Amino acid sequence: MNPFTVVTSRAVSLPLDDIDTDQIIPARFLTATTREGMGSHLFADLRKRVGFPLNAPEARGTAILVAGNNFGCGSSREHASWALMGSGFRAVVSSSFADIFRSNAMKNGILPVAIGAGTLARLHRTIGEAPDTAITVDLERQTISWPGGSEEFTIDAFAKQCLLHGVDELGYLLRHEGVITLYEAHRARGGAS
Amino acid sequence: MSGRTLLDRIWESHCVSQEPGAPALLYIDLHLVHEVTSPQAFSVLRDRGLQVRRPERTVATVDHSIPTDPGGVSSAEPMAAEQIRTLERNSRDFGITLYGDGDARRGIVHIIGPELGLTHPGMTIVCGDSHTATHGAFGALAFGIGTTEVGHVLATQCLLQRKPHTYEVRIDGRLANGVTAKDVILKLLSTIGVSGGTGSVFEYTGSTIRSMTMEERMTICNMSIEGGARAGMIAPDDVTFEYLAGRPAAPQGTDFADAVSRWRELKTDADARYDASVSLNAADIEPMITYGTNPGMGMPITASVPDPVRFREESQRRSFDQALGYMGLSPGQPLLGHKVDVVFIGSCTNSRISDLRLAARVMRGRKVPAGLRVLVVPGSHGVKRAAEAEGLDTVFQNAGAEWREPGCSMCIAMNGDRLEQGQYAVSTSNRNFEGRQGPGARTFLASPLTAAAAAVTGAITDVRTLTLHD
Repeated sequence: MNPFTVVTSRAVSLPLDDIDTDQIIPARFLTATTREGMGSHLFADLRKRVGFPLNAPEARGTAILVAGNNFGCGSSREHASWALMGSGFRAVVSSSFADIFRSNAMKNGILPVAIGAGTLARLHRTIGEAPDTAITVDLERQTISWPGGSEEFTIDAFAKQCLLHGVDELGYLLRHEGVITLYEAHRARGGAS
Repeated sequence: MSGRTLLDRIWESHCVSQEPGAPALLYIDLHLVHEVTSPQAFSVLRDRGLQVRRPERTVATVDHSIPTDPGGVSSAEPMAAEQIRTLERNSRDFGITLYGDGDARRGIVHIIGPELGLTHPGMTIVCGDSHTATHGAFGALAFGIGTTEVGHVLATQCLLQRKPHTYEVRIDGRLANGVTAKDVILKLLSTIGVSGGTGSVFEYTGSTIRSMTMEERMTICNMSIEGGARAGMIAPDDVTFEYLAGRPAAPQGTDFADAVSRWRELKTDADARYDASVSLNAADIEPMITYGTNPGMGMPITASVPDPVRFREESQRRSFDQALGYMGLSPGQPLLGHKVDVVFIGSCTNSRISDLRLAARVMRGRKVPAGLRVLVVPGSHGVKRAAEAEGLDTVFQNAGAEWREPGCSMCIAMNGDRLEQGQYAVSTSNRNFEGRQGPGARTFLASPLTAAAAAVTGAITDVRTLTLHD
């Protein structure tokens, strides 16, 4: 996993609530058996629409997606995170995230930045008026800032350390082999199930 | 000190360790695997030289990509066929039981878990699929996970998890005629919205839930995720135990009696506190239908599409306008009488035998109008055999519907079963997202009764206006 420390980039504004993972990557692209190549399917159906913000020239090369409330609801497909990552996105900003999307994103080096609804609305306006605005997401300090605004965000302390150091959780779990074996033995003896 | 919730009890008994500042290591009793969200997880195991820690706690099936015509995998598109073959290889190489193509036990993962008796009260159950919430109907903690976590469970039988909040959904009273479990959950979603339960586990309580069959309870729990809750659960009772008795993977003989006495402890204490709660009156619930592009955009079937002036936030109004634009509907428009092109009866929400019986009560002796396509897709081979033993297949086929092989089918439209651009469907599935049933497809979610009413009229119809057969 790529570490996440500080990312500064222009951002794409996608001011829609409840963007579900079927929109992020439609199901017909889920027959793949690898993680590669998902970036080209990001928002595949929405991209066909005239005026879709990701089609704008200034959207090219951006690493931050600013969405509406409740980003990533619906299906558990991690392909949504692979598609965002594959398109160069490192942070998604919203006022709230669906639980499974949030978990998947952080396991792939994508930072979900949850800020207040008022700040989010201001940020959308700022990007709408000045698409070149540079936005900085600093994970260590847990801040998002841009000329004219900034806000702190919260993040699970454990997930933060994993992201900062690019560590995946599997290694941590495997180091607990001993206690897992003890637990299984306890259960086999008729302990709590 | 206040009492403990059902969630507390299951969580505490599965917490392997809890280091300060870190999430809990939660032990997983049953890991269900399907072809779509597992290949990349098995690849991680191969790359890192890891084995599946507990193959006997892991069960695989193919449901999402497999065609629902009799050819099975042999008629699949090349990538889908390769995905199914990949699961066959992975199951063989890692020693996992697979109910694959051609197996009489195959079906949608959330249909066969309960049907085979794999799902027990008090278990922790995960699957790389958000509708894993279904299994919570048995008093299990069951939730969907991503592919990275699928790999974690394969390798360690554990997940790193923060304990979710608890959210009581209390439903009391008697449901009116024509109102089903599906209408109850659509009513809840229209009440709390698609993010109302984020960060929480729903526990469904109240007299309405208690009087429901296991299949009805599964329909309710299944769509918990559509309200943002990763899991939904119902404390087990005699209805649960009767359902499980004698199923192949349930405890047998005296072991079953011992299990029941343990399972009876799985409940929320009267003095326990939930973090949030909502209550619904069953008598107020009408047959429901969705008008928009998420499952929270639902209304009574006799109502009209709401007006967006009720939204305060600009982003809400914009999303609502986009939804109505996509659906080709206008505020204030009634849906009764709206023509549809396809009716889909199936999915892990509504493809069990009781769902098919409901649909048959409407469709028996009636005809599908010319130009309308009706698919009936049983959730498993077990459901299919049971339906055929009762002659339901004949009812559907005589009406002019297609009687297909089991699978997820047109719920997710990745096996070739899909709507054409712009077509309208009444669907018993769980998601009406843009493009869910095919690019440009437009979905009205409803109960099996309402779907069957549309199947014999070609339009959105209040099933209460039709005579039902016994």
